[in-house]
Amino acid sequence: MGRQQIATLARFTLLEAARTRLGWLFIVALALVFGAAFFVQQLAITESARIQIAFSAAATRLVSVFVLSLYILTSLVREFNDKGLELTLSFDLRRADYILGRLLGFILIALAMALLAGLPQIMLAPLPAALQWSCSLALELVIVSALSVFCILTFTQLMPAASFVAGFYLLARAMAAVRLISAHPILEGDSLSNRVMGHLVDALALVLPALDRFTQSAWLVDGAAGWHTVGNCALQALLYTALLVAAAMFDFYRRNL
Amino acid sequence: MISRDERPISAVPRVVVAALVVTLAAQIIWQSAQPKPVARAEALDAPPPISALRIASLGEPVPLAQLTTLYLQAFDNQPGISIPFRELDYTRVIEWLNSILALDPIGQYPLLMAAHLYGQVPDAARERLMFDFVHTQFLRDPNLRWRWLANAALACKHRLKDLPLALQYAREIARLAPAAPAWARQMQIILLEDMGEVESAKILIGGLLDSGGIKDKYELRFLMDRLEELEKKAEKSSSPSKN
Repeated sequence: MGRQQIATLARFTLLEAARTRLGWLFIVALALVFGAAFFVQQLAITESARIQIAFSAAATRLVSVFVLSLYILTSLVREFNDKGLELTLSFDLRRADYILGRLLGFILIALAMALLAGLPQIMLAPLPAALQWSCSLALELVIVSALSVFCILTFTQLMPAASFVAGFYLLARAMAAVRLISAHPILEGDSLSNRVMGHLVDALALVLPALDRFTQSAWLVDGAAGWHTVGNCALQALLYTALLVAAAMFDFYRRNL
Repeated sequence: MISRDERPISAVPRVVVAALVVTLAAQIIWQSAQPKPVARAEALDAPPPISALRIASLGEPVPLAQLTTLYLQAFDNQPGISIPFRELDYTRVIEWLNSILALDPIGQYPLLMAAHLYGQVPDAARERLMFDFVHTQFLRDPNLRWRWLANAALACKHRLKDLPLALQYAREIARLAPAAPAWARQMQIILLEDMGEVESAKILIGGLLDSGGIKDKYELRFLMDRLEELEKKAEKSSSPSKN
């Protein structure tokens, strides 16, 4: 493994993020979310603090995922279009190292974003809950980073890759509800089609990360989740990131550039 | 765009293929070991403040009112669980219905839900809450909302067996909703008759006939027949028993 090459690629990825002012963009987005949460709190008749925290946390989570995934997709697409990928691979660099280096850079960006996103929550919610929420967001963003890298390497174009990331993310977050609905349908509960659909949904759930268990606003408003829950999220994030990296490498090695 | 010509799988290093297989298997094992999601009834939260709803509607309050109505209607069917209406928090349900009507005052759907959906549970206290909501809304626009109060009056008579409350609603329809059809405005006569207040019913019909407000000849005929029946009934009840 070319550790030095991986570290260099990660450093350049961070440099690119700094020069494209990703940090400032994200801070402005967070400030807008914080302002909107304050506005919602002013409108609320009752439970105003609870509404402010829940709105701020849920919106911050979505904004973080959106900004990070779009940044990764556009960064790699620009590299493809500028033939930077061909130039990079013309050096003594394995394709696996290229993926690991770029992903390491994106993961460091994700961790920095989770740190920034956690600051408003620390101001609003109890410290242990806010820390757990921020750790969970960091883990979720790590998965999103790996997913975005996998998608853009597979689809090579922004529109299909962004659509896939969005669809995958929404499905992963809604999977628990989808499973419950398919397991207990309201009508024709025992029909063959329902049973087949139920098994298909269960099978799909096996290959998706359980993002509905990550970064819940309820941790901030109803009480901390406990570090055991965050540990579970960490294991899931580690496992799924490894799977996505392996899938991205598999696809990347098969490509003729 | 990068060429999509693909190399054979043999071009992929074995360690990458092995990593893919192992991580996929590990993911499946991990997810299989996780507890299955459990259906859990969620309590109905308070609706957002009406000012927030107005902002969220982006200048289109009617579609937002309709979407909110569908959300409320579907609340009893949460993922994997069906909650009987009687287990819903009716105070919260009424808050939601009030918000929907504030967004779309012309809409009849929330009142239909109150009268026919939430007002049909086998729980007198909850039924009364819903009928009270319908009554409050009727007072805000009697000519538009009389039919739901008429429904509530009938439900009070037949389900709650509360004739005085039914009569109160019927009287208010007659007094406040001139746009209501004759049957609704004259419902109080039947209710008075059911309550055994034949004299009151007679006086009411007599008053209606004398007022000259009834122009339709069929309606006039109906009221006169009704008055005749009531008089016969009054005579029968006042004549001494043959036994």
